[in-house]
Amino acid sequence: MIRVGLPEHLRTLARTGPEVTLALEGDATLGAALEALEAAYPVLRGAIRDHGTLKRRPFVRYFACGQDLSHEPATHLLPAEVQAGREPLLVIGALAGG
Amino acid sequence: MTGVRVLVGTRKGAFVLTADAGRSKWDVAGPHFGGWEMYHLKGSVVNPDRIYASQTSGWFGQQVQRSDDGGKTWTPVGHEFKYDGTPGTHQWYDGTQHPWEFKRIWHFEPSLHDADTVYAGAEDAAFFRSTDAGQSWQELPGLRAVKGHLWQPGAGGMGLHTIVQDPANPQRMFIAISAAGAFRTEDGGMHWTPINKGLHSPYQLPDPDAEVGHCVHRLAMHASRPDTLFMQKHWDVLRSDDAGASWREVSGNLPTDFGFPIAVHPHEPETVYVVPIKSDSEHYPPEGKLRVYRSRQGGEEWEACTEGLPQRDCYVNILRGAMSTDRLDEAGIYFGTTGGQVYCSRDGGTKWQAIVRDLPAVLSVEVQTLA
Repeated sequence: MIRVGLPEHLRTLARTGPEVTLALEGDATLGAALEALEAAYPVLRGAIRDHGTLKRRPFVRYFACGQDLSHEPATHLLPAEVQAGREPLLVIGALAGG
Repeated sequence: MTGVRVLVGTRKGAFVLTADAGRSKWDVAGPHFGGWEMYHLKGSVVNPDRIYASQTSGWFGQQVQRSDDGGKTWTPVGHEFKYDGTPGTHQWYDGTQHPWEFKRIWHFEPSLHDADTVYAGAEDAAFFRSTDAGQSWQELPGLRAVKGHLWQPGAGGMGLHTIVQDPANPQRMFIAISAAGAFRTEDGGMHWTPINKGLHSPYQLPDPDAEVGHCVHRLAMHASRPDTLFMQKHWDVLRSDDAGASWREVSGNLPTDFGFPIAVHPHEPETVYVVPIKSDSEHYPPEGKLRVYRSRQGGEEWEACTEGLPQRDCYVNILRGAMSTDRLDEAGIYFGTTGGQVYCSRDGGTKWQAIVRDLPAVLSVEVQTLA
């Protein structure tokens, strides 16, 4: 099981707490984690990644273990600490706007 | 209970204001979806407990919420708005062509005839329809076929912000886009005709009388006269008496004919309301005085309605979707401001009172009259 941390707006949208836990099938990649998140909470489809292209929305960022994974491809393997459930994958609303 | 329900969309959430027919004591519920931009909420006439809400965020995109209990609880429904086929391009600010990109829903218009059918106006401008109560959405692309390559964004984006249904003819609708103009369909949205003859936009368009490209801010119609339309354009207030085939200016003695909303009295088809704004670069009332202007002659001759409204140091704006009316015998007129006030007049616009004063900036106001 992995842990995914969500920003406030997405928590209220998905009606969850600050973190959700997800089971991944196959390689524990960034893309697999987002697929599992959207499968468990369909309301989040389109809110993190574009519906059609699955590209990250411009003001969303991914962090884990102090690393910015925002520009990594979907095939990027999550850090071992995230795969083991000891650290969360964080979905962050970027500092933008006013 | 006979009364009213006022649906208020703001920059930071939605609010539901309710009162009995006296409209003097209000219950304020909200914020719903706190922190999200709530562009528009509108209830179904067929089933007034059904309300659609456009929930948007620059970070997290578009959501659609539906209530089936009058706004007490909400359920997220379909929020994928996919342009039909290859999206194509439209005019960009620098004169080049730019791809159509979905940004948000500006307007929901529940069908007057079927509670499960609802229309949606998008930015970048397109016309969507759902026939399953918002679970899924399909674009009706005939609209963008009407010289869409010549449309261009206004300062606030290229939004389809106004949808008006002809109560007598479910196949006929009118829409408006900034900055493309007004359009009419006679077949439920499959095909559209530009209805901009008589609009004149010097210094805004290379051809000031162009067929498309005008910055129409809002349209309004009285239910008993579907061939008569009123328009607040970027500059100019106009009317048409032939379903948009031609327009004539009726700005008359307004202190300025720039503005955003326009509304028609629910029982008097020739009584019209606008809120003049100083200019397109100064989005606040002239002289710091918040004045609703009312014409009882369908335009040309306007009177200032000021009682209960601030007459000094007022520099709020009233956005295009932020004016509405109820249908009680003593008609109520409502509008919201970017300063967070929602005003109500219980006597057709003569006297005003604030229902609330300190909401986030108001984007839209819709009123339901409850039996």
